[in-house]
Amino acid sequence: MKEFKYIGKNTDKRDALSLATGQPMFVDDISLPNMLQVKFLYSTYAHAIIEDIDTTEAENYPGVKMVLTYKNTPHIIHTTAGQGWPEPSPYDTYMFNKKVRFVGDRVAAVAAETEEEAAEAIKLIKVKYRVLPAVLDMKDAMKEGAPIIHDEEEIKGAYDPKHNLAAHIFVKAGDIEKGFKESDVIVEETFETQYAQHCPIEPHITITYLDEYGRIVIRTSTQVPFHVRRIVAQALNIPVQKIRVIKPRIGGGFGTKQEIILEEVCAYITMKTGRPARALFSREEEFISSRTRHPMQVNVKIGAKKDGTFNAIKMYVLSNTGAYGTHGLTVASNAGSKTLPLYNKAPNVEFTADVVYTNLPVSGAYRGYGATQGYAALEQAVDEVAYKLKMDPLKIRKKNHIRSGETSPIFRALGEGREGVTQYIQSCALDELIDKGAKEIGWFDKFGKPKRKGNKVRGVGMSIHMQGSGIPLIDMGAATLKMNEDGSFNLTYGGTDLGTGLDTVAAQIVAETLGIKPEQVIVYASDTDLTPFDVGAYASSGTFVSGGAVLNAAMKVREQIFDVAKEMFGEFDTKNFVLENGKVISKATGKSVTLSEIAYHTLYVKNQHQIAATGSFVSPYSPPPFAAHFVEIEVDEETGIITPIKYVAAVDCGVPINPELVRGQIIGAIVNGLGYALTEEYKFTDSGRMVNPNFMEYKIPSARDIPEIVTIINETYEPTGPYGAKSVAEININGPIPAIGNALYNALGIRLHQTPYTPERVLEAIEAKKLLDKGKVSEPIDPEQE
Amino acid sequence: MKVHYTINGEKKIFEIKPGEVLLDVLRRNGYSEVKGNCYMGTCGACTVLIDGVPHTSCTILAAKVDNKSITTIKGVGTLQHPHPLQKAFVEKGAVQCGFCTPGAILSAYALLKENPNPTDEEIKKALDGNVCRCTGYVQQVEAVKFSIKLLKEEK
Repeated sequence: MKEFKYIGKNTDKRDALSLATGQPMFVDDISLPNMLQVKFLYSTYAHAIIEDIDTTEAENYPGVKMVLTYKNTPHIIHTTAGQGWPEPSPYDTYMFNKKVRFVGDRVAAVAAETEEEAAEAIKLIKVKYRVLPAVLDMKDAMKEGAPIIHDEEEIKGAYDPKHNLAAHIFVKAGDIEKGFKESDVIVEETFETQYAQHCPIEPHITITYLDEYGRIVIRTSTQVPFHVRRIVAQALNIPVQKIRVIKPRIGGGFGTKQEIILEEVCAYITMKTGRPARALFSREEEFISSRTRHPMQVNVKIGAKKDGTFNAIKMYVLSNTGAYGTHGLTVASNAGSKTLPLYNKAPNVEFTADVVYTNLPVSGAYRGYGATQGYAALEQAVDEVAYKLKMDPLKIRKKNHIRSGETSPIFRALGEGREGVTQYIQSCALDELIDKGAKEIGWFDKFGKPKRKGNKVRGVGMSIHMQGSGIPLIDMGAATLKMNEDGSFNLTYGGTDLGTGLDTVAAQIVAETLGIKPEQVIVYASDTDLTPFDVGAYASSGTFVSGGAVLNAAMKVREQIFDVAKEMFGEFDTKNFVLENGKVISKATGKSVTLSEIAYHTLYVKNQHQIAATGSFVSPYSPPPFAAHFVEIEVDEETGIITPIKYVAAVDCGVPINPELVRGQIIGAIVNGLGYALTEEYKFTDSGRMVNPNFMEYKIPSARDIPEIVTIINETYEPTGPYGAKSVAEININGPIPAIGNALYNALGIRLHQTPYTPERVLEAIEAKKLLDKGKVSEPIDPEQE
Repeated sequence: MKVHYTINGEKKIFEIKPGEVLLDVLRRNGYSEVKGNCYMGTCGACTVLIDGVPHTSCTILAAKVDNKSITTIKGVGTLQHPHPLQKAFVEKGAVQCGFCTPGAILSAYALLKENPNPTDEEIKKALDGNVCRCTGYVQQVEAVKFSIKLLKEEK
């Protein structure tokens, strides 16, 4: 493998010091004169028709400039999903609507001089509701006679709205029934996952204003600036060219900012009043009215031969998309498409999903994007097969997992809302990941030998995972690179760094390609007026897609630089040219010229032109990163509390362009996943209102909750990625639920079928087990040393 | 009413509204480095030091801080002259989105003033009120430890 100068090296995250010293970098760090403040009124009912809404008093309240309802806003059906066009999510949403579909659905907005005035005026809006029966359990949604949530005629792209079915998926390979018939053991398990929220510490925030030409500028905390521009244009029925979207630094997204939520409202207010407008979600609004993770019920049935080879895998997913179908189809697809190919040894595979509307908060994109829910079920079912065959869970996985050079029919069958693209795996270190992780956790000393000390029992569990790197043949990114007199370069690209460090990775790619230092790359990203297009930050696409575009731009610029150098050297070809330390050197003649000299030459001296290029990237490949997760937990049988003691993640993300940033992505995802596995959960009243929309009652991990976390980055080279890189952002959120679930079984012989694994649920399962057998823990299995 | 603060060493007089919390007064007067809006003291992004002690500025009345000294992240170090803690957070990968970073650094700063050689547990305890959704805290704890080394070198 070629030795790199900046790839695989830790260069400081380029915005880190500015952030650590509190520079004004976020959306809300500016304050514009005459800015209107926007507040919202939300439905208090899960399902109702607004029979009348009286805004007179609110409009007359001091400071109020505008009150928005369905009566005075554009009535254009669209999706809030910030996805590529045409969006695979149904058009089922209006800016404001006469019908409200969950507690937290938007009824009205007030724009006033101050936040206090807007908040007061909100209270003066009188709404007369006709309350409708509601669907508050996803299992009731498709029942005969269930209330129809989307009965609007204009709805487009939903599978069967009359039966609350936003989407339906069915794909298969081989003959599933024959596959089970020819299996020696069959395991069937059903798991249910809960509502959870991304909890970016910076909530949704948008500021809009008119520029000096009357165009609308949207400064917003988004993962998808270009989709925001397109969808706001659609929702307000104005041309794309009237809108400029700027993404400054973003205070975390994790998927919830892959949505158009505040942007169209603020833009409309600015359009109508000519004044700047600002809307900022409170923490409560972030919980009840932004987006959540799709709760799912996942049924997995695996048939295996005696030797452990899987013969058939069937997965059924019931996914709750909440009141609107944003990301409904694609998240459910990913529950299968990002999990089933992992076990490609099974010739018979079937995947079915029903994505249902309910009168509950709106689900959307969330790190892991369905794979997390799929793995919660699949990886526990795999352990069950291992137990049935008295086989080490590591061995059964090694027998069945996908390898380099192999494919799975699921890649083609199951895409993002349409047929997928055949993928052959070109880099996969799963065997090494399993071995290294097992060694680090002490698997062979601990598995099957739960350690008891008083009420506390320790056990180990593991799981393996894959994800993707962008969406093949759909996700496109572009980058422009231009040369300056001092040999520095401006990189403008649409890639959307939401805290991940993508801008730093982009600079490293440019530096490596052009033989300069990363500090010589001035990065400006995600401004729809100034940077080329990029679909944005989702689907683990940053390094692979946006980084790929940056590499393509840099390669073109490199050619241009060589052409000028050739002329300056008086040589005939460039094949012996190298770029290093800010110079072009001809290895043939020993001549050299600095990039600064080349820049001066081309800008001022001869045959003047701008050295610059735009590169785009779209790929038929979406190389999966792989991971093996291991956890040791301690369960207190008296309190039911699970404490993770040590967590090990061995990860193959190709070449880690910046290992420290990669490590940050791994640990961050694990800790987010630990919260999802152990504590984070929406609680609802029986009328569908969330009762715990704050960090007191919705517990996300804090510093003292963190176990020892060991990351093992196992480098491979992925030929389809920039400098051998694959993605890493999402995959590691998939481990905590199944790994802890498997550890719990290892420790106490209990398996929980509902997340999170709260003390109450653990105690309940312990009690249930006591009834079944008198205190005998799981049957020990001898781990087989490989 | 008027309040007198010393912010990052500068004397300031602000007009405040009854019931207003410190966070809103600071942001309204240009201290945008103070983040946060949970108004329950649960996320810690709005942490400032009041007479050297970390406090969530969203849960303290602006009037209550009259005549006190307030330190924001800009009082710890600047882009031109960063504090070792800030340098360490950068070097150890402890900054991702950076929204919680000022609060976390202020909590660590107060800890190190009191206890220049904290254990891992003490560092975690000091950071426990500063919720971070990006980093998973591991690199933050490493950064605080690394800053101790940098601080010693600086002396």
